[in-house]
Amino acid sequence: MNNSAHDLGGRSGMGPINPEAEEQEPVFHTEWERRVFGITMAAGMLGKWNIDEARHARERQEEADYLRHSYYQNWLVGLEALLLESGLVTAQELQNCEANSANPPPSDLRIPNPEDAKKILHRGGPANLPSQTEPLFKTGDSVSVAERNSSGHTRVPAYAQGVAGRINAYRGFHIFPDKSAHGSHQGEHLYSVVFSANALWEPGAENTEVFVDMWQPYLQRVGS
Amino acid sequence: MPHDHHTEPPSDLELRVKSLESLLVEKGLVNPEALNEIIDTYENKVGPMNGARVVAKAWSDPEFKEWLLRDATAAVKSLGYVGRQGEHLQVAENTPKIHNLVVCTLCSCYPWTVLGLPPAWYKSAPYRSRAVSEPRAVLAEFGTVLEQQVNIRVWDSTSEVRYLVLPLRPTGTDGWSEERLSHLVSRNSMIGVELARDTEAVDT
Repeated sequence: MNNSAHDLGGRSGMGPINPEAEEQEPVFHTEWERRVFGITMAAGMLGKWNIDEARHARERQEEADYLRHSYYQNWLVGLEALLLESGLVTAQELQNCEANSANPPPSDLRIPNPEDAKKILHRGGPANLPSQTEPLFKTGDSVSVAERNSSGHTRVPAYAQGVAGRINAYRGFHIFPDKSAHGSHQGEHLYSVVFSANALWEPGAENTEVFVDMWQPYLQRVGS
Repeated sequence: MPHDHHTEPPSDLELRVKSLESLLVEKGLVNPEALNEIIDTYENKVGPMNGARVVAKAWSDPEFKEWLLRDATAAVKSLGYVGRQGEHLQVAENTPKIHNLVVCTLCSCYPWTVLGLPPAWYKSAPYRSRAVSEPRAVLAEFGTVLEQQVNIRVWDSTSEVRYLVLPLRPTGTDGWSEERLSHLVSRNSMIGVELARDTEAVDT
């Protein structure tokens, strides 16, 4: 089952990759891409949304739009949605490209200056949290991935759902995107799970394995 | 240039971006100098030269390599590479029997601290869809043909853990300095779509 347009793993019909030569590819191909990247990062530093909410904002488009848009167009769509939903910008301001003095930024909002921005980028934002529980699975355990029957943001790819694999490694207790994208800051145990290509695809590729990071709620124990 | 439909946006898109930037600055939500700092960081300061230094050190220093494979976050931090999209690092080592390949099928997750921002193809639907289901065909499109008995491990970056491939050290490089070795480490070899450059790529 497909989650939505962004969930691309294993889909057919996407065509050749046609990579640009490494030595020739610029970081940004156009000025507008450069600016979308910059304002998305800068606005993200206001702390009004987290990375999972930002991803979800890009993913909530119609499938056709997500696939038709270039990468940074999807970023732009996501940023506009986040600005509107957080109330930082009103629909009227966006439409008129003009600030409305009746909608000033919240007085407690801290706007990063260049030094702050540098520090924020340098510090990063670790996703691990302290855990009060023991992980349910250990390395080597056989597991299968639950079929998903709810909507909303998730990081379990459709191609792995319903497929059996094995715990490759424990990764720690990490913020759970399925909740975090909807405003709830809580952790779940995270594992690296390995699947044989034969279990994932028909026909499976020879001697190929796919490793996917999975949070505990995605997984079910297989056997006893 | 290959089929790059990204590069010719409609001009209303350029205008829309410009207007949004002006609005954010006018409202005081974005400091224009901070914006320039962010862009400059990822356009000029952070990039695959960081990862190349990590790989060259791992090729030269067995203790560092052991640390890198055990705790990549700490080992990479020791070289000064820290920050966004590098908070949780894992390194996957290529061997004569195992070849690793990194993808993010759900978006564009990529180890910024060591590789900078991802190339356009890494974020494209063809790469994201096919890297997990037909990695050998994908590798062949990069000119990388592996022997059939080599096992392929594809890493789908679905969490905040970021993956870096440690490519095989090219033969004929005994006694090379780390600096010289680093020139053999292409960005693509650290994503896993290519092997490290061979020695002829470097001026002697």
